[in-house]
Amino acid sequence: METETSQVGYNSKVEGDVIVTRVDAVINWVRKNSVWPMPMGLACCAIELMGVAASRFDISRFGMEVMRFSPRQSDCMIVAGTVTYKMAPVVRRIYDQMADPKWVVAMGACASTGGMYRSYATMQGVDRIIPVDVYVSGCPPRPEALLDAMMKLQSKIEKEPSFKNLGKETVERRTWA
Amino acid sequence: MSDIVESLQPRFEGLEPRPSADHPSVQCPVKFLLPLIECLRDEFDYSMLMDVTAVDWDKESPRFSTVYHLFSIANCRYIRVVTNCEDDENPSVPSISALFPAADWHERETFDMFGIRFEGHPDLRRILMWDEYPYHPLRKEFPLAGIETELPDAEVAEETDAKMLAAPMMGGPFVSKGGEPMSKSEPRAADESWTEWKKKPSLEKE
Repeated sequence: METETSQVGYNSKVEGDVIVTRVDAVINWVRKNSVWPMPMGLACCAIELMGVAASRFDISRFGMEVMRFSPRQSDCMIVAGTVTYKMAPVVRRIYDQMADPKWVVAMGACASTGGMYRSYATMQGVDRIIPVDVYVSGCPPRPEALLDAMMKLQSKIEKEPSFKNLGKETVERRTWA
Repeated sequence: MSDIVESLQPRFEGLEPRPSADHPSVQCPVKFLLPLIECLRDEFDYSMLMDVTAVDWDKESPRFSTVYHLFSIANCRYIRVVTNCEDDENPSVPSISALFPAADWHERETFDMFGIRFEGHPDLRRILMWDEYPYHPLRKEFPLAGIETELPDAEVAEETDAKMLAAPMMGGPFVSKGGEPMSKSEPRAADESWTEWKKKPSLEKE
């Protein structure tokens, strides 16, 4: 049976110039290879984040070297450091200002759980105010650990439906008793 | 060491030396605080204010003392001045920020953490916690874990259902039981490593 697809696939005149695939695969392939991170550097993890961007570890190998300090231009917020209650609303506002689709990496013990700061001033994990995609352990994590997290984020982006949250509120509320 | 205290005592009635493990230390009546600091600055060359802080003595009265550390660059020595705050409920002391501009933020921090009002301070606002925060965290009655409070931004608080909650304390990592030597009470010490309490493993059987 001759379908339009098989036309494209077997017509020797267009062979090599046309690729047949799914929309999701193309869009996600584009997204995962040009993640523009928003460096939310709040403490010493931010130093390791700079190390990731520098030549030895070189995050540009994964297409993520374009650190944007404007939330309007970035896709992935890397929360690197201790989130205090005073800073938390600011983090949330910057997250809100990022355009969809957007992802969040909680880098290090403090951003993931509050870390060693069991005190009145520290939010016990940034996932109380923004949805986190990847958590990185370590205090601070080695640059390799962050690279690994970014690769995990890439494979997550690759698998998700690309139009999943289009125009919808993406926040999954997490209830805390 | 207490030469300086002795030479000051005739001039400021009620000035007492304080027991101190390191530097000369004086207990000053609150009415002499400003004259004493000025005298130390101008006549004894204590040209640099290193620190302003406070102590909460909990049940005692007077409950709050403020502590000033002055440093003499010329003579390379410190002096500590301590004064008791007048009121236990709403403590206040005169501000020294007119004498040392460096005191400005130190006093704001002390106000933030202890709720001590510094009379005459040009801009006495909180410096670490946000302005609407209802507590003074370094007071004795305030628990380390914190007290449930609204977030500083009402809009974000509504959007996320988040609040300031008391942090989990016992049983968590980084919380030691206390009382014992560090190598015993630290949670991470309960592992395979050897300490003065646990012998290094050896091939030879005892």
